[in-house]
Parts: sequence; structure tokens; C-alpha cells
Amino acid sequence: MYFIGLLATSNSTIMRKTLIIGATSAIAQATARLFAEAGDAMYLVARNETKLDAIADDLKVRGAAAVHMDTLDVLEYERHKSVIDAAVATLQGLDQVLVAHGTLPDQKACEQSFELTRKEIEINALGTISLLTHLANYFEYQRHGTIAVISSVAGDRGRQSNYVYGSAKGMVSIFLQGLRNRLHKSGVHVLTIKPGFVDTPMTAEFSKGPLWSQPDAIAKSLVKVMPGGSREIYMPYYWRTIMLIIRLIPEVVFKRMRL
Amino acid sequence: MTDKRYQSWGRYPAAEHEALKLYWRDDPLPIDAIGKRSFLPFGNGRSYGDVCLNDGGTLLDCRELNRFIHFDPSTGVLRCEAGVLLSEILQLIVPAGWFLPVTPGTQFVTVGGAIANDVHGKNHHRAGTFGCHVRCLELLRSDGTRMQCSLDENTEYFNATIGGLGLTGVITWAEIGLQHINNPYIDQEIIRYRNLGEFFTLARESDKICEYTVAWIDCLAKGDHLGRGLFIRGNHAQHIKGKLPKVPTGRMTFPIDPPFALSNGLTLKMFNTLYYRKQWSERKAGLVYYEPFFYPLDAVSGWNRVYGSKGFFQYQCAVPADKAEDAIREILERIASTGVGSFLAVLKLFGDRLSPGLLSFPMPGATLALDFPNNGEKTLRLMDQLDEVTREAGGRVNPSKDSRMHPKDFQQHYQNWKGMEAFMDPCISSDFWRRVTAQS
Repeated sequence: MYFIGLLATSNSTIMRKTLIIGATSAIAQATARLFAEAGDAMYLVARNETKLDAIADDLKVRGAAAVHMDTLDVLEYERHKSVIDAAVATLQGLDQVLVAHGTLPDQKACEQSFELTRKEIEINALGTISLLTHLANYFEYQRHGTIAVISSVAGDRGRQSNYVYGSAKGMVSIFLQGLRNRLHKSGVHVLTIKPGFVDTPMTAEFSKGPLWSQPDAIAKSLVKVMPGGSREIYMPYYWRTIMLIIRLIPEVVFKRMRL
Repeated sequence: MTDKRYQSWGRYPAAEHEALKLYWRDDPLPIDAIGKRSFLPFGNGRSYGDVCLNDGGTLLDCRELNRFIHFDPSTGVLRCEAGVLLSEILQLIVPAGWFLPVTPGTQFVTVGGAIANDVHGKNHHRAGTFGCHVRCLELLRSDGTRMQCSLDENTEYFNATIGGLGLTGVITWAEIGLQHINNPYIDQEIIRYRNLGEFFTLARESDKICEYTVAWIDCLAKGDHLGRGLFIRGNHAQHIKGKLPKVPTGRMTFPIDPPFALSNGLTLKMFNTLYYRKQWSERKAGLVYYEPFFYPLDAVSGWNRVYGSKGFFQYQCAVPADKAEDAIREILERIASTGVGSFLAVLKLFGDRLSPGLLSFPMPGATLALDFPNNGEKTLRLMDQLDEVTREAGGRVNPSKDSRMHPKDFQQHYQNWKGMEAFMDPCISSDFWRRVTAQS
């Protein structure tokens, strides 16, 4: 029975403790599977309990050392600290966290409603920033670990088609730049993930062209950079070039473009 | 928004769909988005013909239902969502000492697809079809009801869903019983045999001692050599002493859509002759990793593009045991005389283990599967000729690979088809079903 030997060696590294917020998002799910296959102990947080259950069962079968969960709506700011504390207590520590929750606002509807715009910015920016405030303090005290956050290429420049989402993600990206700078001396890694177009339930309505990628591909890159990565990274890599060009277009030209 | 990415594996016929995805097994079906038109559950698009197409309607892509639910490594019972691929299951279970009870010639089919087409493999003579190993499943109907179906519960729906071509509802999850293995290797033997008579002798002997048997035949050989080929048989390896054979890695991709089929008279003759002579000795035995044994074609992803943009047909018929040898001989003669030929002609004896499926294809006897590039009328005429032989012998053609069978043949040889209608979901339809149930 040489199988047993193989299994034993693959699990012999020290078990990682992973927290995922927004665990039901497609990118988070795909990434969580890879963490599970590596034998992580995991704590999943998301709004919907039924979906969390489905994911937890899947991750257990795939090899997660343990899967715990909690429900949270990111707009419940007052619960953020207790949810993170519970994750730390349950896992007895934390090595890495992936913040992946988000919505894709209806831009046209936001243009007609500040209430909706505010809600979208709260979900996609303030909720994230509230979570990061608590997480940063925990990791700064612990002096090791990785904070990875899914931002977006949309945050690199405002465009008429989705500037509400873009400004929220832009805020997150800049907040993370500062956080990376602050936590560098503590040895804590802060990773800003900027995916391009990804084929997920969030983008189900869009027709998909060659620039679209699958959550699995993003997840594979993510698990590669997460241990020790502390930078901004575009996924897939070619978005770095695309966004460089987009950012270089002078505003006088840009304002006339239909993007 | 129509989506041209959804095609069948044979890339024929062309169809346009509105595609929607189902992301969670507990979510309701997107009935409002589907509207008044019909829909059809879609897996990984490995069906050759039109059972997976619904031209002008909606395809409900179920590939995102790809979560495992429970796996017990002590009993080998696996419950998973219906969009999980067999390849994903193998990655999980093989290291734990388990294997699929039945597997088709590609591992890139979903569990839902394997059930809906009641697929079979090289161990049909022992294990029957995939459907024989489904312990239970959940069926989600367009009216929102969910039914757990098994041999004990909602049995009629269970039987209609096994081999039911997706027409009874959406399979959200299924539980299957696995078989125990000692290691991931197959003890394989390849025997070169000279004609059809030898095939039948060899197959009958081999089926008694081997879990897996199949033959590749050189379908261009004529006369005394008619039906010659390579007989491939194997068992899961018991204990391995010494050095293990290497595990193949990497996968090639067929890179282009050639403007015409690369299979023509010349390449076929070359391929068939070379393949027949690929080993020097008459018998070659050894250990092989399970992937090249079960899934040789999976090593080239997108191999279906070899046949060009017009696509190709697969003709698979089953004929009853008492008429098998004569019927297969007649079919091979007809093919050899046209010179149309096929790269991949596969012959196997079916066993007598019956599937619960109402529309299940296999029957005790023999089955022959052939690929033909789509050369329009000429190819269709050839298959009509083959139908005559199949019909005469009391056999039938496999719906999961078909895109041209005549309604009359379907209705005559799948006599349960009328009974099937009672269990069909009123909102589901497919190109195949509309075609074969049309008045003939």
C-alpha cells in the first residue's frame, strides 16, 4: 500500500491556517480547493449558509484538515472584529487571509440613485477596509502572515461603464498600498490581486470574448503568489500591459472614448 | 445572447443556443430567464451527436455544479454534484485505492452526462453500464420539485433518468459505488489477431478472465483479413514487484481547425496498417498506468478537430449475440468496400447485465463503433446501409453518439420510448428527441 506513504508525505508540512472572507465567490471557491488539497485548516465566511455548507463539504472531501464557517454580511461592520476573533480562536492562529467578497454594481442604476451607489461602495470598499483594519492589527501584532485581497483592474482608471465599482476597487487598491507600506517592517505580506475579466456568476450577463479567464486559472496563480507575495499583481499577467496602456492615455483623449 | 461555444463533440449538426449556468445545487432553476422556450441540461459536451443540443432553445450549463459532497474511503461510496468530471473523481479516488465502477473512453465527461447517457466501458461484460452503479440521485424538475431517486425510491423516475438523455429533469447530484484497486496500474495484454472469427473466439475467452476487453480493428482490411486488429485486455494489477512503469504526464492539444478532414483514403490506409503492425510480436504484455489504458485519446485534447470544421459522425451499433458475428461481418464488408473507413473502429462484446435505464443502449451481444468524417450525403448513405444490417439483426444505434438515426428505427428499437414521455420534464427538449420522435 504505497498510497498511504504518498499521502503521509504530502501532509507532512506544517498545516496552514487560512481564513477566507467572501468564500462563496467563484475565485474564492476555486482558490479554497487548492488550499484544501494542500491540507489547510480553513475558516470560511460568507452571507449564505446553504452555499457555505456546500463548499465546506467539498473542501473536506478534497483534503482540508478542518473546515469551519460563519455567516456575515460585510455591511454588519460591528460584527467584523468578533468574526475575525472567532476565526483566530477556532484555528488557533492565522497564517493567511483571502478577502474576496464583492458585488458588481448596476452602473446605470447607480447613476440614478445615490443610495444604491453608497451601498455598493460600502460593500466593495468600506466593508473591505473595516475588515482590513482588524486584520492588519492582528497580523501586525503576530508579525507574520499574508493578507490577500481581490481588487480589480477596474480600480486603475474610472470609465463610464463601471466607475462606481471602479472607484470602490480603486479605494481598496490605494488602501492596500498604504497597508503594505505600513506592515512591511512587521514582516506581514499584503497582496493586491487585480483580476481582469473573469467568468463568474457576477459576470454571467456579459458575452465572453478572448480576454476572459476562468476562476480556476486565477486561483492557480493566486496560490503561487500568496506565500510571501507582497505586491500588486494582475491576473492573468497580460492585464498589466493592458492597464499600463489604459492608464497612459491622456485624459483629453480618454474622456472621449467609449470604455 | 446566443453562445456558439456550445457544440457537440462531433461538431455536427450546428446549433445556436442561449446558454445559462446553474451555479448551486440548491438554487432554483432559472425558469424566468429560460422563458417559454425549452431548455436542456448540458455537461461537458462530449456527446458526439445531438442529444446535447437544443437548437433555438436554452442550454443549462451544469459544469459549475462541481462540488464533492461526501466520500467514504472505507466503503468506496462517493456522492458529488452532477457537473463533476470523471477526471476530477479519479484524481480524488485513485490515490485512496478506488476506481470508477465503469468508465467510458474519455474521462472528460460529467457524472450527470455519464448517467444521462448511461455510458459503458471496456468492462461492460462484467459490470454493465454506469447506471448500474448509481445508488441514488436528485432530480430537479422545472416545476421546482426535487426528487431523490433510486432503485427503492421514485424508481420509475430513476429508471427513466438513467440513460434518459437529460430529458427527465436536471440531475443535481448523484451517489455512486466505486471499485477497490490496489494501485493505479493495469496488467495489460495486446494480442494481434487475424480476422473476425479470431476476434470472437478471443473475446469469449478473454471475457472470462479479464475485467476489461476491447478490440481495435483495421476496418480497411478485406477478405480473409476482414476484422483483423488488436485485442486489448487487462485487469487491475494485483501487486507490483520491482520498478513501477512511469506515469505519463502532459497533454498535447490539436492546434488548428483544418479546412478539410485530415482523414482521407491515404491517411486511413497508412494509419490502419501501421497501427496493426505497431508491435512486432503477436502478443505484448505489461503494466500500464490507467490513463493510457482507458483514455488514449484524452492525451490529445481537441482531437475532434482532426475531422475539420464540417465535423464527423460516430456510428455505434449493438447487435444481439446470436446474430453478432454475421452482422458485424456484413457491416465491415460494406465499409471496406466503400473504402470510407475509420481511424477508430472499436469492437467489443456486451455482457448480459441489464441496466435499469429505460432507454439504455447496450444489449447482450456485440457492439461496433466507428468514426466517419462528415462528407455529406455520401457519409449519410453509408450509415443508412449500415442501419439496414443493424435493423435486420434486431440491433440498435447508440443515441448518445447519434445525429442521423431515422425516427422509425429509434421508435422500433427503443420500445420504451413512449413510456419515457410520462417522466419527461415538460420544459425540457433536445434536438435528438425532436428528431427521433418526429412522425416518420
